[in-house]
Amino acid sequence: MPIDLAREKYSGSVYTVELGGTSAAGGTRDSVIKIGGETTLPFLFEEGSMPNSPVVGLEIFDCEPTDWPDGLKNEIGDALKDPIKWAKKCVGDFGSKFLCVRLISAHPDWGGRSANDAIAFLKSLLQEVKVPLVIIGCGDAQVDNELLAKASQATKNEKCILGIASQNNYKTLTASCLADGHSIIATSPVDVNIAKQVNILISDMGLDPKRIVMDPTTASLGYGMEYVYSIMERARLSALAGDKMLSMPFILFIGQEVWRVKEAKDSTPLGIKWEIATAAAMLQSGADILVMRHPVAAQATSKYIDGIMKR
Amino acid sequence: MIVIGELINGMYKDVRKAIANKETDVIQHLAEDQVKAGAKALDVNTGPFSKNPKDDMKWLVESIQKVTDVSLSIDSTKFDVIEEGLKLTKNRAIINSTNADDEKMSRIFELAKKYNTQVIGLTTDKSGIPNSKEKRLELAATIVAKAMDYGINAEDIFLDPIVLPVNVAQSQGIEVLESIREFRHLSDPAPNAIVGLSNASQGTKFRSLVNRTFLVMAVANGLTAAILDPLDKELMDAMIAAELILNKTIYCDSFLDAYRKR
Repeated sequence: MPIDLAREKYSGSVYTVELGGTSAAGGTRDSVIKIGGETTLPFLFEEGSMPNSPVVGLEIFDCEPTDWPDGLKNEIGDALKDPIKWAKKCVGDFGSKFLCVRLISAHPDWGGRSANDAIAFLKSLLQEVKVPLVIIGCGDAQVDNELLAKASQATKNEKCILGIASQNNYKTLTASCLADGHSIIATSPVDVNIAKQVNILISDMGLDPKRIVMDPTTASLGYGMEYVYSIMERARLSALAGDKMLSMPFILFIGQEVWRVKEAKDSTPLGIKWEIATAAAMLQSGADILVMRHPVAAQATSKYIDGIMKR
Repeated sequence: MIVIGELINGMYKDVRKAIANKETDVIQHLAEDQVKAGAKALDVNTGPFSKNPKDDMKWLVESIQKVTDVSLSIDSTKFDVIEEGLKLTKNRAIINSTNADDEKMSRIFELAKKYNTQVIGLTTDKSGIPNSKEKRLELAATIVAKAMDYGINAEDIFLDPIVLPVNVAQSQGIEVLESIREFRHLSDPAPNAIVGLSNASQGTKFRSLVNRTFLVMAVANGLTAAILDPLDKELMDAMIAAELILNKTIYCDSFLDAYRKR
């Protein structure tokens, strides 16, 4: 007797967010990447659809990343010293479909370069690479409020995703995104209640919920990944049940977390596998955008996505 | 919870007057206000004083659909009035209502099939409103079984155990609440359980308090839909908090706002 599988039916869906402004939108990017739109839990194509494939992009800094482990540095080589070359290598050699640019040089601990210098870099980056951009501040709230406002203006109409907004610091960045046509990253400390609250606070300022992506905070394999997984799953189930304030796609900073754990620092091959395994698990819990660091891990993850999306 | 706004009903004086004088804006404001307050559907009833209920139903449905596209619950005891409403609804409608009488069910379910609607089923029959949980359940099972004969899914049936005023039939409160709990076990997927809430407080003092207390208790017993006054903010807030406590929605500090953004 054939077994009749029980299938879930969902009433809600994840918002579709667009990354990248082409000339049609007044931007200069060469493509628009659509993210989200799921009507099912990840890859359960019998229960709903995943109209947009999850997407992998490499992360670059706007200065040389002195604290990166050798396993990462060696793969990218001398280009690390010149962020523009680095960016071009990620796109040209490694096939990154978008870039995540971290403007870390403005951080007091990273030299505290002026915001204007960081913006000058950003402007030349726009000239030199044409893939869509995710732009992240340096992580110092005070510096970022000025830095990201300027970054937002400098990339007007490029439809970037800017971050990172938190429950305590979201107003300036939201206002910038509203004015310049960008989307925003809303972060929460592995906490679904705060994730929902930040989304409400941002959308109350008038930013379309379709321009928010959630950063649930990433953890590496072996360092609390399961907890992130369960939070994402809970949020996604709620979205599929119709909770509009949790229906945003997820962005996960995989590389950042993996390449600071002991296993990755001690052994490059293990680090690559560690990054792939973390990415694969996060895809299964609903990740839509993966920001990764090792090109080999990023390429393997993209291949994995292509394979699983074909089924 | 599926909230069905109850205010567009010819029993209310302002609506009766609006229908008589064809005051479109009165009806449209009532529709918009209820949707804004969280109603996911609107009940439409021409009321007992309508001289030409078919025309009035047509006018009401047309007027409402010009300002909102939420589902309409077409509320009448007359088949031709119901059909007149169903003909015009743009989105999936709800028929309010059938009871457990075989002949009535046949005609209502035929309409439901023809217009692909959901149906509210009152657990009464020719012998009147039951006074026990057992009888309510028996009638509910009759309704669900008959609906299935017509190929209507159980989840498209809203079983209404009929709430009675607490000052008239105090013993019935617990019977109704327990019926709601049991309705949900009648089939899998479960049928919906609905109440016409305001009846609980008919003729009592502190109507709003009685309504919202009853609603919270009903939600705790598995209620999935209610016909109520969504403009009663405290009532809606209590319902939202009740669903939160039952873990049906995810908490955040702005949970009241969050619900209204759904």
